[in-house]
Amino acid sequence: MLAFAFKRFLGAWPTLLILATLAFVLVRAAPGGPFDVEKSLPPEIQANLDRQYHLDEPLAKQYGRFLAGLAQGDLGPSFQYKDYTVNELIATGFPVSLRLGALAMGVALLLGLSLGVIAALRQNTFTDYAVMATAMTGISIPNFVMAPLLILLFAVALNWLPAGGWEGGHWKHTLLPVIALSLPQVAYIARLTRGSMLEVLRSNFIRTARAKGVPERWVILRHALRPALLPVVSYLGPATAAIVTGSVVVEQIFGIPGLGRYFVQGALNRDYTLVMGVVVFYGALIVAFNLLVDLIYAWLDPRIRY
Amino acid sequence: MLRLRLTIPGLHSIPDHPQLVRQRPRRKWAQCVLVLLGLVWFGLYGASVAAEELAAVQALHRGNGAEPQTLDPHKAEDVSSANILRDLYEGLVGEAPDGTLIPGAAERWQVNADGTEYTFYLRRNARWSNGDPVTAEDFVAGLRRAVDPLTASHYAQVLAPIRNAAAVIAGQEPPTMLGARAVDAYTLQIELIAPTPYFLGLLTHSTTYPIHRPSLAQHGARFTRPGNLISNGAYRLSEWVVHSHIKLARNTHYWDNVHTTIDEVSYYPTEDSNGAFKRYRAGGLDWTGTVPLNQFRWIRENLADELQVAPYLGTYFYGFNITRPPFKDAPGLRHALSMVIDREILTGKITGAGEVPAYGWVPPGVAGYEAQGVNFSALTPAQRLAEARRLYAAAGYSRVRPLEIELRYNTSENHKKVAVAIAAMWKQALGVKTRLVNEEWKVFLETRKQKVHTQVFRAGWIGDYNDPYTFAELFHSGHGRNDTGFVNVDYDRLLQKASLTTDAKTRMLLLEQAERILLAEHTIVPIYFYVSKRLVKPYIKGYAANILDHHHSKHMRVLKH
Repeated sequence: MLAFAFKRFLGAWPTLLILATLAFVLVRAAPGGPFDVEKSLPPEIQANLDRQYHLDEPLAKQYGRFLAGLAQGDLGPSFQYKDYTVNELIATGFPVSLRLGALAMGVALLLGLSLGVIAALRQNTFTDYAVMATAMTGISIPNFVMAPLLILLFAVALNWLPAGGWEGGHWKHTLLPVIALSLPQVAYIARLTRGSMLEVLRSNFIRTARAKGVPERWVILRHALRPALLPVVSYLGPATAAIVTGSVVVEQIFGIPGLGRYFVQGALNRDYTLVMGVVVFYGALIVAFNLLVDLIYAWLDPRIRY
Repeated sequence: MLRLRLTIPGLHSIPDHPQLVRQRPRRKWAQCVLVLLGLVWFGLYGASVAAEELAAVQALHRGNGAEPQTLDPHKAEDVSSANILRDLYEGLVGEAPDGTLIPGAAERWQVNADGTEYTFYLRRNARWSNGDPVTAEDFVAGLRRAVDPLTASHYAQVLAPIRNAAAVIAGQEPPTMLGARAVDAYTLQIELIAPTPYFLGLLTHSTTYPIHRPSLAQHGARFTRPGNLISNGAYRLSEWVVHSHIKLARNTHYWDNVHTTIDEVSYYPTEDSNGAFKRYRAGGLDWTGTVPLNQFRWIRENLADELQVAPYLGTYFYGFNITRPPFKDAPGLRHALSMVIDREILTGKITGAGEVPAYGWVPPGVAGYEAQGVNFSALTPAQRLAEARRLYAAAGYSRVRPLEIELRYNTSENHKKVAVAIAAMWKQALGVKTRLVNEEWKVFLETRKQKVHTQVFRAGWIGDYNDPYTFAELFHSGHGRNDTGFVNVDYDRLLQKASLTTDAKTRMLLLEQAERILLAEHTIVPIYFYVSKRLVKPYIKGYAANILDHHHSKHMRVLKH
């Protein structure tokens, strides 16, 4: 098992290196540079800036500098946000995104699972249709439509909640973004749960359990729910990805200081170091998650280890 | 706590000093005297007295567009940074709410006879936010830092009029050779290469702000962080959470602190104008950076009192790439295309936010400059059409053999609307076939600069200071953003002559002459002059429209609401 873990751990590094290299090449391949503005810079000033950020060096040397920094965990200064380093920006942005994402995921699971189970148990009743119709709407309405609608209703019309801002994560500022971010996932999870629950409820072991006289609540929670959860668990991967990308939009609309905005802003501004830093950071995170999943699988199923 | 303030119509020229009448429990008698005084004024002028009650909490929430790039005054280049720096720092020269230049950190100044040497006398009571005195050395250090190649300032070129600035920027001279020196602690002398009438205006720009040397030495690149930043303006930095907010608190050491009303100013990044608009309506913002254009009509109908639209020092125009066919050596064709664009329809129906139709390059309202216009602005639409068709035919095109061109703009809903309308006007009047090409901003800038693929391109230009030169220089043959490829010896010579002229009037005449050359060549199609547009809550007072769109929070106050 240890050897397997070690092998996987070693295998993760080339992936990261390729990712870092791709980020380095692609962001530089994009036309226009970080200092291109409509008010053009005189050549002397452009030269001073290039020197400051080592853009006057040959690409190979810049690449070496980038990798050397990376090895020490230093992602360099941001080109756009001149007073901050990329490390600092990630360190302030990531906790916000993490909090938002984790809350959204929690809400999605809690609501999605309960709604799914309820709908399955009341199959073909009004409750079932209502839940599924709502779910379908949730899936069909994208974040960038849902978020402004929520703001119009709860902030502008009713004036219950603020229309944006973060204020250090005060619950009033968190509520609407979390709803906007989790709604499509609630809907997805509810549909998945309902489907697999219905399938499980029809299986023989459930009939057996009922025949044995196990109380219905026990049948649902102990016997049916666990196998019914499997598709939902495997959906968690894509759901995480959806929440990460969704947060880019939601953070922008609500004016939340998360990491998602740096993806977009960094790319638009040709902020080389920021784009590379965020890509490598998220890349490392995903690689780490995959590693973890691999290890859990291996632990669950010994056949994978060999 | 109740704060009372009396405004007497007809006395607007008297500076607003709301603090003088702030009620404090121990000073009830003072309030009584003031109320009595107010009544006396009332009796004297027979005017109605409008009681203006200040809000108990003097906090201002400003939407500020993009996240500021930096709070380092010498590195800042973006509008959002400049807005905040204006509250944090004070240059030698300040600005009244309407943009008029007033004494800032310098209480007075002298200019020598030929206009090349300025002597500034600093206020002896000016203080940094930690209580240190603001000295001439601080200003010299700021200017030297701005031109130092190691600072890599984006905007250092605005200091080019100062002696040796260009050489220092280029690394040929050390920063100490810059023509700025402290005669004594409170006297500063700046030497210019040539008389520069807009020089005093330049001194409101952040590049000329002083620097608190001890804090810079102590914190280095981190000197702009809350707790580290020492500023000399009406406010000091209290919080900065990137992409969330920047909070400023009153600088109690500021020399004119007694006349500052607002205690706390918060700036919020609002990249999404629709989001900002909703926050404004929900009460989270008192002041927005701009207005979402897709809601403009609704806003004009429903929030007319809160909508502030004012002329802005900028021109929206199309440029022709005159280094390549079909526009190379074809002034007649360019003329024809420019002539058939109906600017009134464009600004009235397409952009619709009060933009001013443009027939010239330098926007109206530039001090001392007479706005110029293209030669067809006096013609009727029918005459324009006939003349345009004649020129179009003379250039060798017809309905059968139409001109086929590409019109390039940077991806944006608004630019697209304008481009579609203009292409339709060309098509209808002349039969021109236009292909619209949109590109992402940085790609677009690069394409424009290369002058290979561009034929007609969208552009905009915002003046840095209230002077025609900030516009004229764009078409100098050596300018880095002269993407049309316009090269005209007479034009360059006129600009050169203007920069050496001491007499303000003659200088303006030379620049006006240069603009006439530019317009006669039809290298550009002026389309409209920009306006600044924002929403401001009715209880915010003390600001005024100005062409540079500079608004200092220290002039403002929040009324009870």
